[in-house]
Amino acid sequence: MPERDEPTGALVRPYAVTRGRTRPKLEIALEALVETTVRGRSGMMRGGQGGSEHQYIAEMCDGGRVQSLAEIAARMQLPLGVARVIVADMATDGLVAVYEPTSLDDETDAVGTELLERVLSGLRRL
Amino acid sequence: MSHRPSAGRVTSAKIVIAGGFGVGKTTLVGSVSEITPLTTEAIMTSAGVGVDDNRQVPGKMTTTVAMDFGRISIDRDLILYLFGTPGQTRFWFMWDELVRGAIGAVVMVDTRRLADCFAAIDFFEHRRLPYLIAINCFDGMQYHNAQDVRDALAISSDVPVVSCDARNRESTKNVLISLVEYVLTMRRTRAVAPA
Repeated sequence: MPERDEPTGALVRPYAVTRGRTRPKLEIALEALVETTVRGRSGMMRGGQGGSEHQYIAEMCDGGRVQSLAEIAARMQLPLGVARVIVADMATDGLVAVYEPTSLDDETDAVGTELLERVLSGLRRL
Repeated sequence: MSHRPSAGRVTSAKIVIAGGFGVGKTTLVGSVSEITPLTTEAIMTSAGVGVDDNRQVPGKMTTTVAMDFGRISIDRDLILYLFGTPGQTRFWFMWDELVRGAIGAVVMVDTRRLADCFAAIDFFEHRRLPYLIAINCFDGMQYHNAQDVRDALAISSDVPVVSCDARNRESTKNVLISLVEYVLTMRRTRAVAPA
């Protein structure tokens, strides 16, 4: 019998889909982009082996519709940490590709500067 | 034709939108986002607090923090995300993740409640994340001029202070453009004369 209105299960339940694992196999940034691979797509056709969450993510990020980790979590109504564990599992199994954001840390790095210039001209075109 | 990125793959970037509760962060995000702003939640579990302790201190074990965000496709292979900071600044664990790798931050200010943005400014300065101040003009009215706000916030003279109407797409676009221009200028200056 529950002792309170808010059962302690609220803590456990979010991570039930990861069988209690809270540590992702890979660190994935909030805004990292996720895209279903060919392997992920064929797994999807066969009904998948990783459960309905895998299936859902594979469908969501298929056909060139890349989604960030944040979008996956929001659309699945899963806490960010849970979505991160699942996506990292799928990436490890080759079902999705994860594209990490371009680093802007090194201020002398031309790749970062080029990215900023592209963002700027993109915003001006909007 | 638009040119390909040097790495030839899709990539993303993010801008953080900060400011006090009710200052218009989600409104600003929504005015330029190509999707209806989404909400993502993060759960903080207090390390070092055992399950047994939780029985004695109900509700102290986990904290859920919600963040609103939007998306702008800059190009087929470049997506910009705008993340609103959690309403309460005490949830610093989420701010760490938000600022990591960010282009910069927009600190939204309501001049009637100026102090609401102090914590955000402190945080960005500490993390050396470039930011600008965007005075949100509610009802199209600007109650204080930019110089007054700059003085009141005691910020460096090179930090841009702009005014905006968060509901207006063009206005929000201009805020974001100002921020990226500022970041690029700083970057070029530092690249020429490293500290």
